[in-house]
Amino acid sequence: MNAITGAYDWLTTGANWQGEKGVWHRLAEHLYFSGVCLAVACLIALPIALYLGHIGKGGALAVNISNVGRAVPTLAVLVLLTLTPLGEHGDVPTLIALVLFAVPPLLTNAYIGMREVDRAVVEAARGMGMSGRQLFARVELPLAYPLIMTGVRSAGVQVVATATLAAMAGEGGLGRIITAGFNLQNTPQVVAGALLVALLALFVEVVLVVVGKVFNPMRGRSGVAR
Amino acid sequence: MSEQNCLVTNDWICGEYVRSRSQELIDATVQHMGITAASVAIGVAVSLPLALLARRWRFLAGPILGLTTVLYTVPSLAMFSLLLPFFGLSASLVVTGLVLYSLTILVRNILAGLQAVPDEARDAAKGMGYGPLRLLWEVELPLALPALLAGVRITTVSTVALTTVGAIVDYGGLGSMILDGLDTTFKAQVLTASALCVLLAIVADLLLLALQRWLTPWTRVHRIRTNRPARAERTAKVAEPA
Repeated sequence: MNAITGAYDWLTTGANWQGEKGVWHRLAEHLYFSGVCLAVACLIALPIALYLGHIGKGGALAVNISNVGRAVPTLAVLVLLTLTPLGEHGDVPTLIALVLFAVPPLLTNAYIGMREVDRAVVEAARGMGMSGRQLFARVELPLAYPLIMTGVRSAGVQVVATATLAAMAGEGGLGRIITAGFNLQNTPQVVAGALLVALLALFVEVVLVVVGKVFNPMRGRSGVAR
Repeated sequence: MSEQNCLVTNDWICGEYVRSRSQELIDATVQHMGITAASVAIGVAVSLPLALLARRWRFLAGPILGLTTVLYTVPSLAMFSLLLPFFGLSASLVVTGLVLYSLTILVRNILAGLQAVPDEARDAAKGMGYGPLRLLWEVELPLALPALLAGVRITTVSTVALTTVGAIVDYGGLGSMILDGLDTTFKAQVLTASALCVLLAIVADLLLLALQRWLTPWTRVHRIRTNRPARAERTAKVAEPA
Protein backbone atom coordinates (compact mmCIF):
# COMPACT_ATOMS: atom_id res chain seq x y z
CA MET A 1 0.00 0.00 0.00
CA ASN A 2 1.36 3.38 -1.05
CA ALA A 3 -0.41 5.20 1.75
CA ILE A 4 1.19 3.00 4.40
CA THR A 5 4.76 3.52 3.21
CA GLY A 6 3.88 7.16 2.62
CA ALA A 7 2.68 7.45 6.20
CA TYR A 8 5.95 5.93 7.39
CA ASP A 9 7.89 8.47 5.33
CA TRP A 10 5.74 11.28 6.72
CA LEU A 11 6.33 10.19 10.29
CA THR A 12 10.08 9.82 9.81
CA THR A 13 10.44 13.27 8.27
CA GLY A 14 11.78 15.53 11.00
CA ALA A 15 10.21 18.67 9.52
CA ASN A 16 6.71 17.29 10.19
CA TRP A 17 7.40 17.20 13.91
CA GLN A 18 8.61 20.79 14.27
CA GLY A 19 6.84 24.11 14.36
CA GLU A 20 3.37 25.44 14.92
CA LYS A 21 1.68 22.68 12.89
CA GLY A 22 4.15 19.97 13.84
CA VAL A 23 3.42 16.79 15.75
CA TRP A 24 5.01 17.94 19.01
CA HIS A 25 2.97 21.14 19.18
CA ARG A 26 -0.28 19.35 18.30
CA LEU A 27 0.47 16.62 20.82
CA ALA A 28 1.07 19.21 23.53
CA GLU A 29 -2.25 20.92 22.67
CA HIS A 30 -4.00 17.56 22.72
CA LEU A 31 -2.60 16.55 26.10
CA TYR A 32 -3.30 20.00 27.54
CA PHE A 33 -6.97 19.91 26.45
CA SER A 34 -7.42 16.33 27.64
CA GLY A 35 -5.63 16.70 30.96
CA VAL A 36 -7.36 19.92 32.02
CA CYS A 37 -10.78 18.65 31.01
CA LEU A 38 -10.42 15.26 32.65
CA ALA A 39 -9.37 16.96 35.88
CA VAL A 40 -12.26 19.43 35.76
CA ALA A 41 -14.75 16.67 34.93
CA CYS A 42 -13.48 14.58 37.86
CA LEU A 43 -13.80 17.58 40.20
CA ILE A 44 -17.39 18.10 39.07
CA ALA A 45 -18.66 14.53 38.73
CA LEU A 46 -16.91 12.51 41.41
CA PRO A 47 -18.04 14.47 44.51
CA ILE A 48 -21.65 14.44 43.27
CA ALA A 49 -21.61 10.75 42.36
CA LEU A 50 -19.89 9.69 45.58
CA TYR A 51 -22.27 11.72 47.69
CA LEU A 52 -25.35 10.41 45.87
CA GLY A 53 -23.97 6.89 46.15
CA HIS A 54 -23.32 7.34 49.87
CA ILE A 55 -26.84 8.50 50.63
CA GLY A 56 -28.27 6.10 48.04
CA LYS A 57 -30.32 8.60 46.07
CA GLY A 58 -30.42 9.85 42.50
CA GLY A 59 -29.60 6.52 40.89
CA ALA A 60 -31.91 7.07 37.95
CA LEU A 61 -30.19 10.37 37.21
CA ALA A 62 -26.70 8.90 37.38
CA VAL A 63 -27.52 5.98 35.10
CA ASN A 64 -29.72 7.79 32.61
CA ILE A 65 -27.37 10.68 32.05
CA SER A 66 -24.97 8.15 30.57
CA ASN A 67 -27.60 6.72 28.23
CA VAL A 68 -28.65 10.17 27.07
CA GLY A 69 -25.00 11.06 26.46
CA ARG A 70 -24.76 8.19 24.01
CA ALA A 71 -27.42 9.69 21.76
CA VAL A 72 -25.82 13.13 21.54
CA PRO A 73 -23.43 13.45 18.59
CA THR A 74 -20.11 14.84 19.76
CA LEU A 75 -19.53 16.60 16.48
CA ALA A 76 -22.88 18.41 16.71
CA VAL A 77 -22.11 19.71 20.21
CA LEU A 78 -18.65 20.89 19.18
CA VAL A 79 -19.97 22.71 16.13
CA LEU A 80 -22.93 24.20 18.02
CA LEU A 81 -20.65 25.51 20.76
CA THR A 82 -18.22 26.90 18.21
CA LEU A 83 -21.00 28.89 16.54
CA THR A 84 -22.24 30.41 19.82
CA PRO A 85 -20.59 33.57 21.18
CA LEU A 86 -18.31 31.22 23.15
CA GLY A 87 -16.65 30.36 19.86
CA GLU A 88 -14.86 33.71 19.87
CA HIS A 89 -12.91 32.66 22.94
CA GLY A 90 -10.59 30.21 21.19
CA ASP A 91 -10.38 26.97 23.12
CA VAL A 92 -13.44 27.47 25.31
CA PRO A 93 -15.96 25.50 23.17
CA THR A 94 -13.60 22.52 23.01
CA LEU A 95 -12.95 22.58 26.74
CA ILE A 96 -16.67 22.75 27.57
CA ALA A 97 -17.53 19.95 25.14
CA LEU A 98 -14.76 17.72 26.49
CA VAL A 99 -15.92 18.22 30.08
CA LEU A 100 -19.53 17.52 29.07
CA PHE A 101 -18.54 14.24 27.47
CA ALA A 102 -16.31 13.11 30.33
CA VAL A 103 -18.92 13.63 33.05
CA PRO A 104 -21.43 10.81 32.23
CA PRO A 105 -19.03 7.83 32.51
CA LEU A 106 -17.52 9.28 35.70
CA LEU A 107 -20.91 9.87 37.26
CA THR A 108 -22.40 6.51 36.33
CA ASN A 109 -19.44 4.35 37.31
CA ALA A 110 -18.74 6.11 40.59
CA TYR A 111 -22.41 5.92 41.58
CA ILE A 112 -22.77 2.25 40.66
CA GLY A 113 -19.47 1.49 42.40
CA MET A 114 -20.75 3.04 45.62
CA ARG A 115 -24.08 1.23 45.40
CA GLU A 116 -22.55 -2.15 44.65
CA VAL A 117 -20.54 -2.21 47.84
CA ASP A 118 -21.79 -5.26 49.74
CA ARG A 119 -24.65 -4.10 52.01
CA ALA A 120 -23.64 -6.66 54.63
CA VAL A 121 -20.20 -5.07 54.88
CA VAL A 122 -21.74 -1.62 55.24
CA GLU A 123 -24.09 -2.85 57.95
CA ALA A 124 -21.20 -4.54 59.76
CA ALA A 125 -19.18 -1.31 59.70
CA ARG A 126 -22.17 0.60 61.03
CA GLY A 127 -22.58 -2.05 63.74
CA MET A 128 -18.97 -1.46 64.77
CA GLY A 129 -19.93 2.12 65.45
CA MET A 130 -18.45 3.84 62.39
CA SER A 131 -19.84 7.27 61.66
CA GLY A 132 -21.15 8.13 58.22
CA ARG A 133 -17.88 9.84 57.38
CA GLN A 134 -15.73 6.93 58.53
CA LEU A 135 -17.97 4.50 56.70
CA PHE A 136 -17.55 6.57 53.53
CA ALA A 137 -13.78 6.97 53.72
CA ARG A 138 -12.76 3.58 55.10
CA VAL A 139 -15.32 1.15 53.70
CA GLU A 140 -17.31 2.44 50.75
CA LEU A 141 -14.61 4.40 48.94
CA PRO A 142 -11.93 1.66 48.97
CA LEU A 143 -14.44 -0.97 47.87
CA ALA A 144 -15.93 1.23 45.15
CA TYR A 145 -12.47 2.22 43.91
CA PRO A 146 -12.16 -0.29 41.03
CA LEU A 147 -15.39 0.87 39.39
CA ILE A 148 -14.60 4.52 40.00
CA MET A 149 -11.30 4.02 38.19
CA THR A 150 -13.08 2.24 35.33
CA GLY A 151 -15.11 5.42 34.97
CA VAL A 152 -11.99 7.58 35.02
CA ARG A 153 -10.47 5.38 32.33
CA SER A 154 -13.58 5.57 30.15
CA ALA A 155 -13.68 9.31 30.60
CA GLY A 156 -9.96 9.65 29.83
CA VAL A 157 -10.21 7.73 26.56
CA GLN A 158 -13.40 9.60 25.72
CA VAL A 159 -11.72 12.95 26.24
CA VAL A 160 -8.70 12.03 24.11
CA ALA A 161 -11.04 10.83 21.34
CA THR A 162 -13.23 13.92 21.55
CA ALA A 163 -10.22 16.21 21.47
CA THR A 164 -9.50 14.63 18.07
CA LEU A 165 -12.93 15.66 16.82
CA ALA A 166 -12.31 19.23 17.97
CA ALA A 167 -10.08 19.53 14.91
CA MET A 168 -13.14 19.14 12.66
CA ALA A 169 -14.60 22.20 14.38
CA GLY A 170 -11.38 24.08 13.67
CA GLU A 171 -9.64 23.73 17.03
CA GLY A 172 -6.16 22.39 17.70
CA GLY A 173 -4.90 19.00 18.75
CA LEU A 174 -3.62 15.95 16.89
CA GLY A 175 -6.82 15.70 14.86
CA ARG A 176 -5.62 18.77 12.96
CA ILE A 177 -2.95 16.66 11.28
CA ILE A 178 -5.73 14.42 9.94
CA THR A 179 -8.05 17.23 8.82
CA ALA A 180 -5.13 19.12 7.28
CA GLY A 181 -4.24 15.94 5.39
CA PHE A 182 -7.80 15.73 4.09
CA ASN A 183 -7.72 19.34 2.95
CA LEU A 184 -4.40 18.81 1.16
CA GLN A 185 -5.68 15.47 -0.22
CA ASN A 186 -2.51 14.03 1.27
CA THR A 187 -3.54 10.49 2.21
CA PRO A 188 -0.16 9.55 3.75
CA GLN A 189 -0.47 12.46 6.16
CA VAL A 190 -4.06 11.45 7.02
CA VAL A 191 -2.94 7.90 7.80
CA ALA A 192 0.12 9.10 9.75
CA GLY A 193 -2.07 11.42 11.85
CA ALA A 194 -4.61 8.67 12.43
CA LEU A 195 -1.85 6.30 13.59
CA LEU A 196 -0.57 8.90 16.05
CA VAL A 197 -4.07 9.51 17.42
CA ALA A 198 -4.86 5.80 17.74
CA LEU A 199 -1.55 5.15 19.50
CA LEU A 200 -2.13 8.06 21.88
CA ALA A 201 -5.60 6.74 22.79
CA LEU A 202 -4.23 3.26 23.48
CA PHE A 203 -1.30 4.75 25.42
CA VAL A 204 -3.63 6.82 27.61
CA GLU A 205 -5.75 3.73 28.26
CA VAL A 206 -2.70 1.74 29.36
CA VAL A 207 -1.35 4.57 31.53
CA LEU A 208 -4.70 4.94 33.30
CA VAL A 209 -4.88 1.18 33.90
CA VAL A 210 -1.42 1.26 35.50
CA VAL A 211 -2.21 4.39 37.54
CA GLY A 212 -5.41 2.73 38.76
CA LYS A 213 -3.52 -0.36 39.88
CA VAL A 214 -0.75 1.58 41.63
CA PHE A 215 -3.11 3.74 43.66
CA ASN A 216 -5.58 1.00 44.55
CA PRO A 217 -6.15 1.36 48.31
CA MET A 218 -6.73 -2.39 48.55
CA ARG A 219 -3.45 -3.22 46.83
CA GLY A 220 -1.38 -5.81 48.61
CA ARG A 221 -4.19 -6.80 50.93
CA SER A 222 -5.28 -10.37 50.95
CA GLY A 223 -8.74 -11.50 50.00
CA VAL A 224 -9.39 -8.84 47.39
CA ALA A 225 -11.94 -10.36 45.09
CA ARG A 226 -12.21 -7.55 42.55
CA MET B 1 -41.77 38.84 8.71
CA SER B 2 -39.27 37.08 10.91
CA GLU B 3 -40.28 33.92 9.03
CA GLN B 4 -38.75 35.33 5.89
CA ASN B 5 -35.86 37.16 7.46
CA CYS B 6 -34.48 34.45 9.68
CA LEU B 7 -32.33 33.22 6.80
CA VAL B 8 -30.87 36.70 6.46
CA THR B 9 -30.38 37.32 10.17
CA ASN B 10 -28.93 33.80 10.58
CA ASP B 11 -31.17 32.74 13.45
CA TRP B 12 -30.71 29.40 15.18
CA ILE B 13 -34.31 28.40 14.61
CA CYS B 14 -35.66 29.10 11.17
CA GLY B 15 -38.88 27.68 9.77
CA GLU B 16 -38.11 29.11 6.37
CA TYR B 17 -34.90 27.09 6.24
CA VAL B 18 -36.71 23.83 7.01
CA ARG B 19 -39.31 24.63 4.35
CA SER B 20 -37.00 25.71 1.57
CA ARG B 21 -34.31 23.07 2.11
CA SER B 22 -36.49 20.16 3.17
CA GLN B 23 -35.30 18.00 0.25
CA GLU B 24 -31.69 18.43 1.33
CA LEU B 25 -32.59 17.54 4.92
CA ILE B 26 -34.54 14.47 3.83
CA ASP B 27 -31.65 13.27 1.65
CA ALA B 28 -29.20 13.66 4.53
CA THR B 29 -31.55 11.87 6.94
CA VAL B 30 -32.05 9.02 4.50
CA GLN B 31 -28.29 8.68 4.05
CA HIS B 32 -27.86 8.78 7.82
CA MET B 33 -30.46 6.05 8.36
CA GLY B 34 -29.02 3.92 5.55
CA ILE B 35 -25.48 4.07 6.95
CA THR B 36 -26.70 3.34 10.49
CA ALA B 37 -28.95 0.46 9.44
CA ALA B 38 -26.28 -1.13 7.26
CA SER B 39 -23.65 -0.81 10.01
CA VAL B 40 -25.85 -2.35 12.71
CA ALA B 41 -27.06 -5.15 10.42
CA ILE B 42 -23.53 -6.08 9.33
CA GLY B 43 -22.38 -5.69 12.94
CA VAL B 44 -24.93 -8.27 14.12
CA ALA B 45 -24.07 -10.60 11.23
CA VAL B 46 -20.36 -10.45 12.17
CA SER B 47 -20.81 -10.53 15.97
CA LEU B 48 -23.02 -13.60 16.07
CA PRO B 49 -20.41 -16.02 14.68
CA LEU B 50 -17.71 -14.30 16.77
CA ALA B 51 -19.76 -14.78 19.93
CA LEU B 52 -20.43 -18.41 19.00
CA LEU B 53 -16.71 -18.97 18.41
CA ALA B 54 -15.85 -17.38 21.74
CA ARG B 55 -18.38 -19.59 23.47
CA ARG B 56 -17.35 -22.81 21.69
CA TRP B 57 -13.62 -22.39 22.29
CA ARG B 58 -12.70 -20.75 25.57
CA PHE B 59 -9.19 -19.84 24.43
CA LEU B 60 -10.65 -17.67 21.65
CA ALA B 61 -12.85 -15.68 24.03
CA GLY B 62 -9.95 -13.62 25.44
CA PRO B 63 -8.48 -12.54 22.09
CA ILE B 64 -11.90 -11.83 20.52
CA LEU B 65 -13.12 -9.70 23.44
CA GLY B 66 -9.71 -8.06 23.82
CA LEU B 67 -9.41 -7.12 20.16
CA THR B 68 -12.91 -5.67 19.91
CA THR B 69 -12.28 -3.64 23.07
CA VAL B 70 -9.04 -2.24 21.68
CA LEU B 71 -10.90 -1.20 18.51
CA TYR B 72 -13.31 0.72 20.74
CA THR B 73 -10.57 2.95 22.12
CA VAL B 74 -9.54 4.17 18.66
CA PRO B 75 -11.00 7.67 18.12
CA SER B 76 -13.57 7.71 15.31
CA LEU B 77 -11.75 10.31 13.23
CA ALA B 78 -8.64 8.12 13.36
CA MET B 79 -10.65 4.98 12.62
CA PHE B 80 -12.16 6.42 9.44
CA SER B 81 -8.80 7.84 8.40
CA LEU B 82 -6.98 4.56 8.94
CA LEU B 83 -9.46 2.78 6.67
CA LEU B 84 -9.04 5.43 3.97
CA PRO B 85 -6.27 3.65 2.01
CA PHE B 86 -8.44 0.52 1.80
CA PHE B 87 -11.79 2.01 0.82
CA GLY B 88 -11.10 5.50 -0.50
CA LEU B 89 -13.72 8.20 0.02
CA SER B 90 -16.86 6.07 0.13
CA ALA B 91 -19.86 5.16 2.23
CA SER B 92 -18.41 1.68 2.77
CA LEU B 93 -15.49 3.32 4.60
CA VAL B 94 -17.89 4.84 7.13
CA VAL B 95 -19.93 1.64 7.41
CA THR B 96 -16.81 -0.46 8.02
CA GLY B 97 -15.61 1.87 10.77
CA LEU B 98 -19.01 1.80 12.45
CA VAL B 99 -19.21 -2.00 12.18
CA LEU B 100 -15.84 -2.28 13.93
CA TYR B 101 -17.17 -0.13 16.79
CA SER B 102 -20.42 -2.10 17.04
CA LEU B 103 -18.57 -5.38 17.59
CA THR B 104 -17.51 -4.51 21.14
CA ILE B 105 -21.00 -4.19 22.53
CA LEU B 106 -22.69 -6.75 20.29
CA VAL B 107 -20.22 -9.61 20.86
CA ARG B 108 -20.29 -9.04 24.62
CA ASN B 109 -24.07 -8.91 24.81
CA ILE B 110 -24.67 -11.92 22.56
CA LEU B 111 -22.11 -13.92 24.52
CA ALA B 112 -23.67 -12.90 27.85
CA GLY B 113 -27.10 -13.79 26.49
CA LEU B 114 -26.01 -17.22 25.30
CA GLN B 115 -24.23 -17.95 28.57
CA ALA B 116 -27.33 -16.99 30.53
CA VAL B 117 -29.41 -19.72 28.85
CA PRO B 118 -30.31 -22.12 31.69
CA ASP B 119 -28.65 -25.52 31.45
CA GLU B 120 -32.00 -27.19 32.16
CA ALA B 121 -33.49 -25.67 29.02
CA ARG B 122 -30.52 -26.84 26.98
CA ASP B 123 -30.62 -30.33 28.50
CA ALA B 124 -34.36 -30.62 27.99
CA ALA B 125 -34.00 -29.72 24.31
CA LYS B 126 -31.16 -32.20 23.89
CA GLY B 127 -33.29 -34.85 25.61
CA MET B 128 -36.02 -34.16 23.10
CA GLY B 129 -33.56 -34.98 20.36
CA TYR B 130 -32.61 -31.46 19.20
CA GLY B 131 -29.40 -31.29 17.16
CA PRO B 132 -26.87 -28.50 17.83
CA LEU B 133 -28.21 -26.24 15.04
CA ARG B 134 -31.84 -26.68 16.02
CA LEU B 135 -30.88 -26.16 19.68
CA LEU B 136 -29.19 -22.89 18.78
CA TRP B 137 -31.95 -21.64 16.51
CA GLU B 138 -35.02 -22.71 18.48
CA VAL B 139 -33.87 -22.59 22.09
CA GLU B 140 -30.65 -20.66 22.72
CA LEU B 141 -31.08 -17.73 20.34
CA PRO B 142 -34.66 -16.94 21.42
CA LEU B 143 -33.60 -17.05 25.06
CA ALA B 144 -30.57 -14.85 24.30
CA LEU B 145 -32.76 -12.43 22.32
CA PRO B 146 -33.41 -9.90 25.12
CA ALA B 147 -29.65 -9.50 25.72
CA LEU B 148 -28.97 -9.40 21.99
CA LEU B 149 -31.58 -6.72 21.36
CA ALA B 150 -30.38 -4.70 24.35
CA GLY B 151 -26.98 -4.70 22.65
CA VAL B 152 -28.53 -3.72 19.32
CA ARG B 153 -30.28 -0.78 20.99
CA ILE B 154 -27.11 0.57 22.59
CA THR B 155 -25.21 0.06 19.33
CA THR B 156 -27.87 1.75 17.22
CA VAL B 157 -28.06 4.83 19.41
CA SER B 158 -24.31 5.33 19.48
CA THR B 159 -24.00 4.53 15.76
CA VAL B 160 -26.52 7.26 14.91
CA ALA B 161 -24.34 9.71 16.83
CA LEU B 162 -21.06 8.41 15.39
CA THR B 163 -22.25 8.47 11.78
CA THR B 164 -21.91 12.27 11.91
CA VAL B 165 -18.12 11.91 11.99
CA GLY B 166 -18.36 10.32 8.54
CA ALA B 167 -18.73 13.95 7.41
CA ILE B 168 -14.94 13.99 7.15
CA VAL B 169 -15.27 11.82 4.02
CA ASP B 170 -18.61 13.39 2.95
CA TYR B 171 -20.70 10.38 3.95
CA GLY B 172 -21.88 11.54 7.35
CA GLY B 173 -25.56 12.03 6.56
CA LEU B 174 -26.73 14.78 8.89
CA GLY B 175 -23.13 15.19 10.05
CA SER B 176 -22.18 16.46 6.62
CA MET B 177 -24.85 19.15 6.95
CA ILE B 178 -23.54 20.07 10.41
CA LEU B 179 -19.99 20.44 9.13
CA ASP B 180 -21.19 22.30 6.06
CA GLY B 181 -23.15 24.61 8.34
CA LEU B 182 -19.99 25.30 10.33
CA ASP B 183 -18.03 26.26 7.23
CA THR B 184 -20.71 28.71 6.16
CA THR B 185 -21.66 29.70 9.77
CA PHE B 186 -25.22 28.77 8.90
CA LYS B 187 -26.74 28.39 12.38
CA ALA B 188 -30.19 27.11 11.38
CA GLN B 189 -28.64 24.29 9.37
CA VAL B 190 -26.37 23.20 12.24
CA LEU B 191 -29.14 23.23 14.84
CA THR B 192 -31.75 21.56 12.61
CA ALA B 193 -29.39 18.78 11.54
CA SER B 194 -28.21 18.23 15.13
CA ALA B 195 -31.76 18.05 16.44
CA LEU B 196 -32.75 15.63 13.67
CA CYS B 197 -29.79 13.47 14.59
CA VAL B 198 -30.84 13.22 18.25
CA LEU B 199 -34.44 12.66 17.20
CA LEU B 200 -33.34 9.84 14.89
CA ALA B 201 -31.51 8.13 17.77
CA ILE B 202 -34.56 8.36 20.05
CA VAL B 203 -36.99 7.08 17.39
CA ALA B 204 -34.68 4.19 16.50
CA ASP B 205 -34.37 3.26 20.18
CA LEU B 206 -38.13 3.29 20.70
CA LEU B 207 -38.72 1.20 17.57
CA LEU B 208 -36.19 -1.37 18.73
CA LEU B 209 -37.79 -1.42 22.18
CA ALA B 210 -41.15 -2.14 20.54
CA LEU B 211 -39.53 -4.87 18.44
CA GLN B 212 -37.99 -6.38 21.55
CA ARG B 213 -41.32 -6.48 23.36
CA TRP B 214 -43.03 -7.97 20.34
CA LEU B 215 -40.38 -10.65 19.81
CA THR B 216 -40.05 -11.67 23.45
CA PRO B 217 -43.57 -11.78 24.89
CA TRP B 218 -42.47 -14.27 27.56
CA THR B 219 -40.29 -11.69 29.33
CA ARG B 220 -43.47 -9.90 30.38
CA VAL B 221 -45.15 -13.03 31.67
CA HIS B 222 -42.33 -14.35 33.83
CA ARG B 223 -40.96 -11.57 36.00
CA ILE B 224 -37.75 -13.48 36.71
CA ARG B 225 -36.42 -13.06 33.22
CA THR B 226 -36.93 -9.33 33.01
CA ASN B 227 -33.64 -8.89 34.83
CA ARG B 228 -31.62 -10.32 31.98
CA PRO B 229 -31.46 -7.39 29.56
CA ALA B 230 -30.58 -5.09 32.42
CA ARG B 231 -27.67 -7.30 33.38
CA ALA B 232 -26.49 -7.53 29.81
CA GLU B 233 -26.58 -3.80 29.49
CA ARG B 234 -24.36 -3.52 32.51
CA THR B 235 -21.75 -5.83 31.00
CA ALA B 236 -21.62 -3.55 28.01
CA LYS B 237 -20.56 -0.55 30.05
CA VAL B 238 -17.42 0.59 28.30
CA ALA B 239 -16.18 3.90 27.04
CA GLU B 240 -18.00 5.28 24.04
CA PRO B 241 -15.94 6.19 21.02
CA ALA B 242 -16.08 9.80 19.97
